[in-house]
Amino acid sequence: MPEPLLQAVGLECERDERLLFQNLSFSILPGTVTRVEGPNGSGKTTLLRILAGLNDAWTGELNWCGQPRDRHRESYLRNMLYLGHRPGIKPLLTPLENLRALMAGRRPLDDDALLQALAGTGLSGFEQVPCRNLSAGQQRRVALARLLIADEPLWLLDEVFTAIDAAGVEAIESLLLQRAREGGAVVVTTHHNLDLPGMGRITLGGATER
Amino acid sequence: MWQFFHKLGSPKWFFGIANRFMPWLLAGGLILLVAGLVWGLAFAPKDYLQGNSYRIIFIHVPSAFLAQSIYIMMASAAVVTLVWRMKLADVFVKSVAPVGLMFTFLALFTGAVWGKPTWGTWWVWDARLTSMLILLFLYGGVIALDRSINDEKSAARAVAVLVLVGVVNIPIIKYSVNWWNTLHQPATFKLTEKPAMAMEMWVPLLLSVLGLYLLFGWLACLRMKTEILVRERRTRWVKDLVLAGRK
Amino acid sequence: MNANASIKVQSAQRSVGVTQAMVAVFLRDVRVAFRQKQDLLNPLLFFTMVVTLFPLGVSPEVAFLKQSGAGILWVAALLSVLLSLDHLFRHDFDDGTLEQLMLQPQPLFLLVLAKTLAHWMLTGLPLVLLTPVLGLMLHLDGNSVATLCLTLLIGTPVLSLIGSIGAALTLGLRSAGVLLSLLIIPLYIPVLIFGTGTVAAAVEGAQVSGYLALMGAFLVLALTLAPFASAAALRISLSNS
Repeated sequence: MPEPLLQAVGLECERDERLLFQNLSFSILPGTVTRVEGPNGSGKTTLLRILAGLNDAWTGELNWCGQPRDRHRESYLRNMLYLGHRPGIKPLLTPLENLRALMAGRRPLDDDALLQALAGTGLSGFEQVPCRNLSAGQQRRVALARLLIADEPLWLLDEVFTAIDAAGVEAIESLLLQRAREGGAVVVTTHHNLDLPGMGRITLGGATER
Repeated sequence: MWQFFHKLGSPKWFFGIANRFMPWLLAGGLILLVAGLVWGLAFAPKDYLQGNSYRIIFIHVPSAFLAQSIYIMMASAAVVTLVWRMKLADVFVKSVAPVGLMFTFLALFTGAVWGKPTWGTWWVWDARLTSMLILLFLYGGVIALDRSINDEKSAARAVAVLVLVGVVNIPIIKYSVNWWNTLHQPATFKLTEKPAMAMEMWVPLLLSVLGLYLLFGWLACLRMKTEILVRERRTRWVKDLVLAGRK
Repeated sequence: MNANASIKVQSAQRSVGVTQAMVAVFLRDVRVAFRQKQDLLNPLLFFTMVVTLFPLGVSPEVAFLKQSGAGILWVAALLSVLLSLDHLFRHDFDDGTLEQLMLQPQPLFLLVLAKTLAHWMLTGLPLVLLTPVLGLMLHLDGNSVATLCLTLLIGTPVLSLIGSIGAALTLGLRSAGVLLSLLIIPLYIPVLIFGTGTVAAAVEGAQVSGYLALMGAFLVLALTLAPFASAAALRISLSNS
């Protein structure tokens, strides 16, 4: 069995006086897609933010490639791509400028590669339009363009299908599967009916009063 | 050692310890404070310059001491909060901040009352009074931030950062205010005790300072106990405690 | 499944250099600001208006203005910076770029420092440049204006740096603007005292290099400590969102 990229042992998180989850353990192996499931308010987004390292109100153990994640933060951040509810797109900048700025701190690419990625998400012709003039779906597509040029093996995607049309959903689904085939790992939350072959699941119950 | 440290962080353990120490703190504090105040107010000799009005230092000085050292204690607790995430340290900061504010206000108020007979005015922009006023602002900021954040863990950590930033600034503020003071008015009036203070004035002052520290300890325990009960209200031991109390 | 694995865990050494990442953050903030020029003008307008209030509200007499001009300009500059601080992280917080910033592999405090420097260049520096004009209107002489500009040049970055801590602490809170002022004004007092005090000393003909050096020390202290506090505060605020 390959070494898990990310391993959680006995995660516990309490938020606003509700116990979201307790004793949650799982491993994210390379070559897998994992879906985090559960009703509204069960802590899906919180779990993803914990995994990403944005939320630190948790106890338990998180290991990255067999080492404590928080002691190898730089290596972890270098190899993890997180897309949240908020797409990380500046409304005043164009898609190209946004993508350039997002990649600048991770892996600077030349404009050709960026334009190609934008074209790949169906944004050809919009590269120079300020993002605030784009639709919600198009803005998300700017963020999703990162998936086409990402070299990070671990993807954490929160509600990745929001505001995306049917064709787009299909394209993303195949992108996730392809990433898994290439040896990466994907963790997603979605309200969309996602059922990929070989997909793992992490099920969160309804939150319980402590 | 570590075991002890962790136990120290447990609210339940603190509850037991606090209950044991509180009567002693209260009794000791009251005895010392009353002794210091009665001695200072009624029996200590008159000041040859200021007459009887100087006697307010027996309240003013202990309050000012407390006001400043509570902020330092909060800063130490803030370090513990940020580094070890000890619950009890959060509780301490949250519980004593209003007490610190109160002592700062008391120091300012007694300073003003002293100012009236000494300088003929309620307020002078004296270096010490101004520093105290800024300390009051710092306490106000800490309390305002704490009340603005709903999640108690986030509130504790945010407040800890603010308190630490404040404690780095306190010496700088004091230094600048002193400099500002010499720039704008010659140093004729100072709220300092004269260096050669008579022994009969020193001892009662010391007694009141010690007494007020002990009383602060008692008040801190009391407020921390209340805060702990609120925070831990859903745990087993608090429920048991409350049920036992009802019988 | 892993037979054709082409995606591998990269070593951290392969991440982008810190300077390069800081420059990128700085440039993005500058670019965004120039797309929304009104936001650049607002602190300057506010600065001018606050200064105007003093001759109107207190006295237009030359003697008063000469004596109080430096203090008025310093207080007005301080308030303008305070007003602009709310924007420092808020837009980034709302659109999610702040999250992405925190997930960059570089140390967060350096990225925050880059953002704060951009903030100073976009608000503090223009205030300094506008000061001679307003100084003229307050009848300050050349020597005072020069010293005043120098103190503002050293002092406004300190205001931005200390302010970034408050902006980070109050991020995402209701009535963050007022709260931010409550937290930050006490911490601004030393800078204000030495800023105006230096000008007063210059007017009296005293040697001011010592005071300027002291303000420089404030700046160095703020540069080294404030980004750490801001970064810690940002983590706390984001963790809570």
